[in-house]
Amino acid sequence: MDATTGDLALEWKPRKQHSRIGRLFDSKPFLVALCLLPTVGLLVVFLTYPLGLGLWLSMTDTTIGQPGEYIGLDNFYSLFSDPVFWGAVWYTIFYTAVATVGKFLLGLWLALLLNNHIPFKAFIRAIVLLPWIVPTVLSAIAWWWIYDPQFSIVSFVLVDVLHWRTHYIDFLGSPWSARWSLIVANIWRGIPFVAITLLAGLQTISPSLYEAALLDGASGWQQFRRITVPLLMPILSVALTLSVLFTFSDFQLVYAITRGGPFNSTHLMATLAFQRAIPGSQLGEGAAIAVSMIPFLLVATLVCFFGVGRRKWQQGSDND
Amino acid sequence: MTISRRESLTLASASIAAASIPTIGARAAVTDVPTADVKPLDYKLEKGAELRVLRPAKFIDPDEVYWRENTKKYTDATGIPVRVDFISWEDIRPQTAVVANTGAGPDIVVGFSSDPQIYASKIADMTDLADYLGAKYGGWQELSKLYGTKWKTNQWLSIPIGGGAGPTVYRQSWVKEAGYDKIPDDHEGFLTLCQKLHTAGHPFGMSLGHALGDANGFASWLLWSFNAMLVDEDGKIALDSKETIAALKYATELQKTQVSGNLSWNDSGNNKAYAAGDIGMTFNGVSIYYFLKSSPDPKLNQMAVDTQHQLLPKGLASRSPMSATPMNAMVFKHTKYPNAAKDYLRFMMEADQYGPWLSNCIGYWSNSLKAYSKMAFWTQDPKLVPYASGMDTPYYDGYKGPVTPASSAVTANYTVVDMFASVVTGNATPEDAAKRAAQQAQRYYKT
Repeated sequence: MDATTGDLALEWKPRKQHSRIGRLFDSKPFLVALCLLPTVGLLVVFLTYPLGLGLWLSMTDTTIGQPGEYIGLDNFYSLFSDPVFWGAVWYTIFYTAVATVGKFLLGLWLALLLNNHIPFKAFIRAIVLLPWIVPTVLSAIAWWWIYDPQFSIVSFVLVDVLHWRTHYIDFLGSPWSARWSLIVANIWRGIPFVAITLLAGLQTISPSLYEAALLDGASGWQQFRRITVPLLMPILSVALTLSVLFTFSDFQLVYAITRGGPFNSTHLMATLAFQRAIPGSQLGEGAAIAVSMIPFLLVATLVCFFGVGRRKWQQGSDND
Repeated sequence: MTISRRESLTLASASIAAASIPTIGARAAVTDVPTADVKPLDYKLEKGAELRVLRPAKFIDPDEVYWRENTKKYTDATGIPVRVDFISWEDIRPQTAVVANTGAGPDIVVGFSSDPQIYASKIADMTDLADYLGAKYGGWQELSKLYGTKWKTNQWLSIPIGGGAGPTVYRQSWVKEAGYDKIPDDHEGFLTLCQKLHTAGHPFGMSLGHALGDANGFASWLLWSFNAMLVDEDGKIALDSKETIAALKYATELQKTQVSGNLSWNDSGNNKAYAAGDIGMTFNGVSIYYFLKSSPDPKLNQMAVDTQHQLLPKGLASRSPMSATPMNAMVFKHTKYPNAAKDYLRFMMEADQYGPWLSNCIGYWSNSLKAYSKMAFWTQDPKLVPYASGMDTPYYDGYKGPVTPASSAVTANYTVVDMFASVVTGNATPEDAAKRAAQQAQRYYKT
């Protein structure tokens, strides 16, 4: 089609002088500030304020019903001599460490399997996500039934169906079996997150790298070791950090299944903080326990980021 | 506030439900409460008054049905609209704290146990109402006085409504098979019975896990039946004693007869195991019996017939070492209608209302006023007798010290429960456990 330019000759209109508001909106710093405002507002109201309040409460002797007074670090001194608190710290670290290792080994394995061409791939990937999708409280209640001393499906199968055992298993009745039972439940719940995240990472690895390695005669293990692992590292470190944070601050599984029992052997710092603060009314002490989690979380985050992900790709340059 | 359509529908369905619930000698209830002739309390009701009440949620239906029906009766009689919110037991404490700290919200909060002590400065004096009710209904039960008054005074802070007690619940036929007509009242006899039940495959089962009500009740019975106590009369920690050591050693023997898994039970553990026929005896409220009796399953109904209740074994104590968890009603000073609030509570405690409510709860709540123990339903179903005296007890949370919030903190932190649990599993010696528990309890009794 012929373009006829004559009729459409552009009329030149001089730009109108902007009003003050218009000029204000043209200024970049103002726009930046304006766009940030909602986010900053949300963060201040829902993050900074509660955090600040928690810090303040941890330095008071507030109880439910009585506004407290500032007592400095007394809550922390008193916690340092409390074996229950140290028990919770110890188990929180143990729980996080073991569950994280379990989740990553099984999650990585699952991701590698799902990365292959298998029938009903999409369907299977959706199913894998189930433990992650189900609200934690519901899955916690399901695990609570699985671990029930009288009505456990596991015991039922072992005793009444297979006749491999004569007695029902008392999963939660002694400290160590209760601890391991909770870790298993946590791993089950955490695998999908790791698997799907790592699967996303695996799919970004170019198949040509594997082809090249194949031509060079690399074995499957060598391919995994030299191609998969290094290229997975960026996403691995992010997934690891998130997973450690989630696990460290876990509450629902333990609270729904054991409430910290038997004799406080399965208390996490989060459940102990809740128990002391709300049912026990000692808001100050509960806040102090919650605040004590912050240094651990910081260290864990830093270790994950700098330990696993210290490579140069973090700065955007090539891996060497 | 006016009653909305939705609320009136709820009320209507509640009264229909009330009519369909089998009544246990209840309709005649009002006449069987002996009352003294007392000058009626005449509260000057404020014009335009309206009330909001916060109450613990029901565990058995009639509790809510009759409470709502009585409330509706009050509104019909006075024209004062009353809104009652039933909230879960765990939320009562935090919500009461918010009400107290903000000075707004519900006019009446029905809390638990020692809650009024926490809010003593923020709640209205109830002495006139308590004195009136006490005079009319044969006096207050011992536990009512302990939880309702300021420690060692006659000043009433609250109106105790009723207490949930947990006596022995057992299968009559199995106990008979073991050679007993009743549950023995002494430690030795009780242990022997438990051993026999264990051998017969119908063991005793009671939680020593983190079960707030059950495990704390069981641990308290172990302590008190050996005359041990958490704190003495002056509020000093008295847990590390030879009586406690004896209780710990006894508990270790008892544990050998218990059903496997009792260390991981929460509050529903023994109910489930009992209904499944896995245990022959436990300590519990009437809820097990109520559940079995009202179940559509004839097998469970049969189990209800075979179920019997008895006060907890005395052991070395002179009275059955059993306490109850009372609902305790407070009127907050911030209410604009203090007279209406008190009048509502008076109305709910009067025989015409309290009688049907109490009798239809068939012992889930034990009465706080003595006269109600004379009601016919307690004896028409002899299984309910132990619950009639549920609040007739000198034992309370934090016995024998002053009633303070500290005892609730010890309870909530399972300090005494964990002491027993660590010893019966062989994870601590009685001496170490008692010492450690005393130190833990000290954290909350610090001044």
